[in-house]
Amino acid sequence: MITEEVVDLSRLQFAATAFYHFLFVPLTLGLSFLLAIMETTYVMTGKEIYRDMTKFWGKLFGINFALGVTTGITMEFQFGTNWAYYSHYVGDVFGAPLAIEGLMAFFLESTFIGLFFFGWDKLSKRRHLLITYLTAIGSNLSAVWILIANGWMQNPVGSEFSWVTMRMEMTSFWDLVFNPAAQAKFVHTVSAGYVTGSMFVLGISSWYLLKGRDIEFAKRSFRIAAAFGFASALSVIVLGDESGYAVTEHQQTKLAAMEGMWKTEEAPAPFTLFAIPDDEKRENSAEIKIPYALGLIATRTATKVLPGIEELEAQAAERIASGIIAVKALEQLRARTADEETKVIFEAHKADLGYGLLLKKYTSDVSQATPEMIAQAARSTIPKVAPMFWTFRIMVLLGFSFALLFALSFWFSAKNTFHEKRWLLRWALWSIPLPWIASEMGWFVAEYGRQPWTIYGILPTHLSTSTLTANSLYGSIAGFLFFYTGLLVVEMFLMFKYARLGPASLGTGRYTGETAPALKTAH
Amino acid sequence: MLDYETLKLIWWLLVGVLLLGFAVMDGHDMGVGTLLPFVGKNDVERRVVINTVGPHWDGNQVWFITAGGAIFAAWPLVYATAFSGFYWAMLAVLWALFFRPVGFDYRSKVADPRWRSAWDWGLFVGGSVPALIFGVAFGNLLLGVPFHFEDNLMPVYTGTFWALLNPFALLAGVVSLSMLTFHGANYLAIRTEGDVQTRARIAALIFGTVMLVAFAGAGVWVSSDMPGYVITSVVDTGALPDPLDKTVEIQAGAWMGNFASHPLLWAVPGATFAGGLLALLFAWVRKPVLAFVGSAVAELGVIGTAGVAMFPFVMPSSSDPRSSLTVWDSVSSHFTLEVMFWAALIFTPIVIAYTGWAYRMMAGKITIAHIEANDHSAY
Repeated sequence: MITEEVVDLSRLQFAATAFYHFLFVPLTLGLSFLLAIMETTYVMTGKEIYRDMTKFWGKLFGINFALGVTTGITMEFQFGTNWAYYSHYVGDVFGAPLAIEGLMAFFLESTFIGLFFFGWDKLSKRRHLLITYLTAIGSNLSAVWILIANGWMQNPVGSEFSWVTMRMEMTSFWDLVFNPAAQAKFVHTVSAGYVTGSMFVLGISSWYLLKGRDIEFAKRSFRIAAAFGFASALSVIVLGDESGYAVTEHQQTKLAAMEGMWKTEEAPAPFTLFAIPDDEKRENSAEIKIPYALGLIATRTATKVLPGIEELEAQAAERIASGIIAVKALEQLRARTADEETKVIFEAHKADLGYGLLLKKYTSDVSQATPEMIAQAARSTIPKVAPMFWTFRIMVLLGFSFALLFALSFWFSAKNTFHEKRWLLRWALWSIPLPWIASEMGWFVAEYGRQPWTIYGILPTHLSTSTLTANSLYGSIAGFLFFYTGLLVVEMFLMFKYARLGPASLGTGRYTGETAPALKTAH
Repeated sequence: MLDYETLKLIWWLLVGVLLLGFAVMDGHDMGVGTLLPFVGKNDVERRVVINTVGPHWDGNQVWFITAGGAIFAAWPLVYATAFSGFYWAMLAVLWALFFRPVGFDYRSKVADPRWRSAWDWGLFVGGSVPALIFGVAFGNLLLGVPFHFEDNLMPVYTGTFWALLNPFALLAGVVSLSMLTFHGANYLAIRTEGDVQTRARIAALIFGTVMLVAFAGAGVWVSSDMPGYVITSVVDTGALPDPLDKTVEIQAGAWMGNFASHPLLWAVPGATFAGGLLALLFAWVRKPVLAFVGSAVAELGVIGTAGVAMFPFVMPSSSDPRSSLTVWDSVSSHFTLEVMFWAALIFTPIVIAYTGWAYRMMAGKITIAHIEANDHSAY
């Protein structure tokens, strides 16, 4: 029997390792395209400084990329090691994009990243540029496939449950690929990566300018980051809205929790700018609301009603009642004692099977479920409001602050006065960690907001784990804590060391802090 | 549209191809990692060794990742059962692999000799530990693994981590470790010169011999009435997969059954000996490229031998034999196998083509002079 402790520890381990992995992903996504832009400029203008920029920011890219690779393997392993029932139950659908990600994206990215670093003298200028683009395209393609996989967890289209094989099976590959939830997530996530990459270059370049060193190098880097970052910050907001719209369509419980909507309001519903949600009392205090705003943004109509938490719970209770019938029929089918009539009953209630399975948390025989258990299960379909409400608002607020910073940076770089605006440079420097915070908040909203499901409406989280003991989990979490802490210390040490060294780390003899620049060429 | 039975067979072959791709590609850089502290006696020699695989190890590692992803997609029950059952072994592989990306990229970014030496040993762990554990895992598959399925197909592993470390499995671990080290040594001999090359050649001669002796020993062990598994019920190979819908018996010497009924299959273990002996010969006469081809053929033989001996079993259960996973009943749906077949058919040749191009672009010996001239950019 899998205890609640094992489920909680499995979730903790997955959440911690996924958050950790996503410290490295956005910078890879964004910086890879910035490198391509810098190198394109080099190939077009022939100016050496752009090659140096590509190489230097490429060095920092490499330090980050190494940990992205390291922590990415954990993610692939973990479905099997810790979520064995999930892997069986949905591998037929979920495994496919993961395997294609390897074939189509990881190979491309990982084969060419080596040539990016070591091919400068072996490849022609144009070939090397091609390599840089292929690396960037490879990283972004990997985001496509993993977000198709994740999009399916949020909005499980193109698939059907089979009682013979006791799992979800794919019915349409293209439905899976063109899942609106996946598409919206992909563009929002990669734009967030571009913002992260731009902020990284903008902030570090600002630091050089504040220190008055490597001025030309820093100015050119700043301009590219400001332009790319401005476009990305705008698209992250527009496409974030698109992602939110997908949530409205497919995950009403997530939206209700995010917005702290306890009761259904008249359309168009107001947007709660500020409130203190109380999950015990099921109400908000100190609310500040903008009339009509949420209804208009989320439904894109003035008439569509957004259901509140109480209404959604009532709907869930109905589906649980229907799900009980599905679970009972399934058990008879599995025991090979079912007649044709049972099959018909199962087909009629199959869509609610997942809701019936929610009761497995409280009783192994769901037909014996009490009304209290059903009420408890219905209540569990709504994620906790306060954490959802706040993380979402922090993310949005940060997103708008990035748009403002990049707009100003872009404006002053067009006027060529940005290097004199010390307040702007300081703002950029101190903003470096913020895109990471925003990204992690976004993932929290997406994944915590999917609870209590691993596959929304299909497979409850508490049924998804492996049959491990709590001690195994404590052991593996301790191991991850040990390795990941050590790796992060080493990574940050190198990142700071090389950011401080600056372009001098290339050993060309052209940059601040280098001694005897002519030494090498003189030999 | 291909029929289900054919697709099930194709996917057995494709998983084999991906494992072979892993052994040939990632295998040689893991072998290089294993040999690193021994064939490089000082910092610059070690940098030579590391830079022979510097541009390629990352792409090679994707064979491993993709093999994992393909097993998830094509054999979800195998993925679920093996990864959760072998929990600590998988974590040991994972944590050992942690040392590779950071070892390669971070090692030469700081000049302190203690820092560099620490990462060198990290690369040693990252190369040798997974190579050893993969063989141990294969050994345990041949013996059967204690697991069963509950009614809802939840896999339950009932053994311990320590039970995996039994004599036969450890012997299989010696086969895989020496096989990948042999292959890595041949690769190093191609890409280096002088002292490092001389040491790589000696390593190839040692590990090639160890591999052949250990493989022959494992063969004698299996053929001398080691228990194997046999399906005793009628199998509908095209049916929807249900691993509980069969009966299985444990019989002494059963793993020799396929060879007895299809004598042509002796060519598969034969390839191990032919490839391995030729590779040793070519290493001896200093033809490292041919030796590398030979050790790749030997890898084909080793992986293929385990595969055909067990066929149609993939993961037999020692505690509840009917729960055993086979090529017929651990697979994904017909549709998913078909989709993934086309994906593999389209992308695998493309990957092989551009990987070949990447190696061609970076061809040539890594020399001490090259490292000294590229102190800031080389690993």
